[in-house]
Amino acid sequence: MPVQQNPVPPVITVRDLVKRFDGRAVLDGVNLDVYPGEMLVIMGGSGCGKSTLLRQIIGASQPDEGYVELFGQKLGDMNDDEFDDACKRFGILFQSGALFNSMTIGENVALPLREHTDLDEETIEIMVKIKLEQVGLRQAEYLMPAEISGGMKKRAGLARATALDPEVLFYDEPSAGLDPVTSAEIDVLMMDMAQKLGVASVVVTHEMDSAFRIADRMIMLDKGKVLMNDTRQAFEKIRDGEPTGDETTDLIRQFLRGDCEGPITRRRQSSGYEEDILQFAGDWR
Amino acid sequence: MSDENPKLSRFSVVRLIGARTLRLIGFVGGMSVLFMGAMYVILMSAFSRKYHVDVAALARQVVRIAIRSLGIVCLVQIFIGVILALQLEPTLKDFGQESQIASIIGIGGFRMLGPIITAVVLSGFAGASIAAEIGTMVVSEEIEAMEAMALNPVRFLVVPRLIATFLAMLLLTPIADLMIALGGYVTARLVLGPTVYSEYWQLMRRMLEYKDFWTGMIQAGVFGILISLIACREGLLVHGGAEGVGKATTMTVVNSIVAIVAAAGVCTVIFYVFKL
Repeated sequence: MPVQQNPVPPVITVRDLVKRFDGRAVLDGVNLDVYPGEMLVIMGGSGCGKSTLLRQIIGASQPDEGYVELFGQKLGDMNDDEFDDACKRFGILFQSGALFNSMTIGENVALPLREHTDLDEETIEIMVKIKLEQVGLRQAEYLMPAEISGGMKKRAGLARATALDPEVLFYDEPSAGLDPVTSAEIDVLMMDMAQKLGVASVVVTHEMDSAFRIADRMIMLDKGKVLMNDTRQAFEKIRDGEPTGDETTDLIRQFLRGDCEGPITRRRQSSGYEEDILQFAGDWR
Repeated sequence: MSDENPKLSRFSVVRLIGARTLRLIGFVGGMSVLFMGAMYVILMSAFSRKYHVDVAALARQVVRIAIRSLGIVCLVQIFIGVILALQLEPTLKDFGQESQIASIIGIGGFRMLGPIITAVVLSGFAGASIAAEIGTMVVSEEIEAMEAMALNPVRFLVVPRLIATFLAMLLLTPIADLMIALGGYVTARLVLGPTVYSEYWQLMRRMLEYKDFWTGMIQAGVFGILISLIACREGLLVHGGAEGVGKATTMTVVNSIVAIVAAAGVCTVIFYVFKL
């Protein structure tokens, strides 16, 4: 698989990452790089390990093998202070927005500024207004998270994630639970952020419309492995082409098109059915 | 299967004891780690801005835990006073000692019932709500968001609640002590007659020593720390959505009450040994 040669060093490097839960490898030797300013979409079916991968990259859990490098430094080698500093250089938009429900939208956005900068209250106030304006939420500054819609929560979460002007933004299923129009709006906002702030974006999603709209580069995960890591154009070619007979390509094609027939469904139907039945019978014997 | 049963059950008893022991060790260990983490933050807050504890957040927690539970603590403690007075009277009357109701209520209330009943009320009132609150934050990814923003949940959530619950117990216990005494007095006034109430306050003051008060306060402080640590721990350990939150609140109350009574036992033994 061709990986583009890039003269600038990557902001994130993942090498041979393995993560097991109860002996089952959820991530099975994942390699990827994220370069400054690019929009990388990580796709895959439910349970393919994409959320686990995201948690690994942000240091929320430890890998069993391999390593993650953030801004040129290995996660495992960082002490607490260095890790905190790295955390301030990336922002995360969680699936539900993850706003603090006991604070207003404005306070949510102000929190990282209050905690991690020495800015005075007035400056923070102005910055909060700017950040909220960027996501079109200035009028919601004094509302509580419970009083706004799901789409607005994501916008507010994005405003908070960008409060410290991060170099990388992570999005965990940004269109989950949103109607198509709101979802498209969030997509536009994400591209906007990438252009205006020049941040690298890592988007975990299985919404193909959204993925093709925003991606520069895409990664297809399956059973904890990277099946394909290429430009959006290359993925579009597979999606729009005919089945090739090659198992991997057809699997990707089925996923991208959302077909109900193909390698993914075949695999699901045939896997271990006989063994299951025989095992079941064995229990009764 | 059936021929293996006795062996199996013998092992399962061993296994059960083992599992419970491990769980107890995990519980005590987890509480200690949380306590030490909180203490570290409190100590460091004096030196470093990175660890500062938000006074406004602390004040909010004190209001929520102490002020809001004041009414229910008073109500419960008055009833305790009433119950004690009514139950003591017949027996003491046989010995012509019904005036001693005042001293028994005083010592019993200040030493043990004041702090312990307040703690039980607070574990249901504040402990459960802390566990539910933090558990909901876990479910809605707020804790993860917090950590990803390089904010320490111990500093941000546990420390204000720990200090507030500790303060709440210290504030509520003296009031609770007085309410028990008052409950006894009201009962004497309304039901038991002048032999009990005429010298009620004088007798109580004569029998009570300072140590009765402050041994009660020491226990109150210990109970406050236990309640908040258990509630925060259960909340932070929530998994499995809304159901997990429900379980955490239940376990908070159950574990708190067991821990409170156990701690009261340990404290009493220590006070007894040192003749306090």
